[in-house]
Amino acid sequence: MRVAIRGLGELCVTAGLVLILFFAYELWGTGAYTAQQQDRLDAALRKSWTAPKVTTEKVSLGQGLALIRIPRLGKKYHYVVIEGVSRADLRKGPGHYPGTALPGGVGNFVVSGHRTTYSAPFNRVGELRSGDKILIDTREAQYTYEVTGLKIVKPTEVDVTAPVPFHPGRRATERLITLTTCHPKYSAARRLIVFGELTETRPRTAADR
Amino acid sequence: MYLWIWRRLPGDARTKALVAALALAAAGLLLWYVVFPWLEPKTQFDHSVIGGDPSPTATRGR
Repeated sequence: MRVAIRGLGELCVTAGLVLILFFAYELWGTGAYTAQQQDRLDAALRKSWTAPKVTTEKVSLGQGLALIRIPRLGKKYHYVVIEGVSRADLRKGPGHYPGTALPGGVGNFVVSGHRTTYSAPFNRVGELRSGDKILIDTREAQYTYEVTGLKIVKPTEVDVTAPVPFHPGRRATERLITLTTCHPKYSAARRLIVFGELTETRPRTAADR
Repeated sequence: MYLWIWRRLPGDARTKALVAALALAAAGLLLWYVVFPWLEPKTQFDHSVIGGDPSPTATRGR
């Protein structure tokens, strides 16, 4: 009897330790994969920028689309935005909702990113305040967006991704950006949404590339 | 359970400790690099996409 109880206790302790290790993996281990993918996509994106333009082919799913920088979150804050928001895409970095506006375009450029796990690109977007800059770099230009507001919504509130947020069906005239991530941290209960609008476009010259 | 394993490890106490440490490290590495990457997509708790869960493979059309 005593042996059985001791065995059960040991199993429970072991299971607990494995669980702790698993959460450590979730928080830090998954970031290693993202960092590796980001390095790869960053190199591929920059290479495509320097290549002479020979194709008008659209960016395919899972490939790098643009660079995102948010000075408020640190000078080193820099991610490649992936085309697509499937789980596999978001593991590589922040993802652009296919079908929403492209960077600098009229409508809503919507980007989703992990708030925790997989390098947690949007971990600190909750610290953004109105007027903070979000810089999007593409082959053609650097787009400067300014944050206009934050909102916490239900996970079903798809209208935030509409060309005119909260007014699906209305025709867009403005050039907007929307970031979506989970809220609160480590939870799927709500979504944190950051809204912004385009304030400046600087064309990229060949020398900058 | 652990006492049972300990008794079956070969050699003196030092060898036993060494073998036990190696076995523990091997178990940890196996979990970290094989079991957890397999398990993780099934337990995702960080959902950043609006409009529900993105499907595991295909991208939601929007």
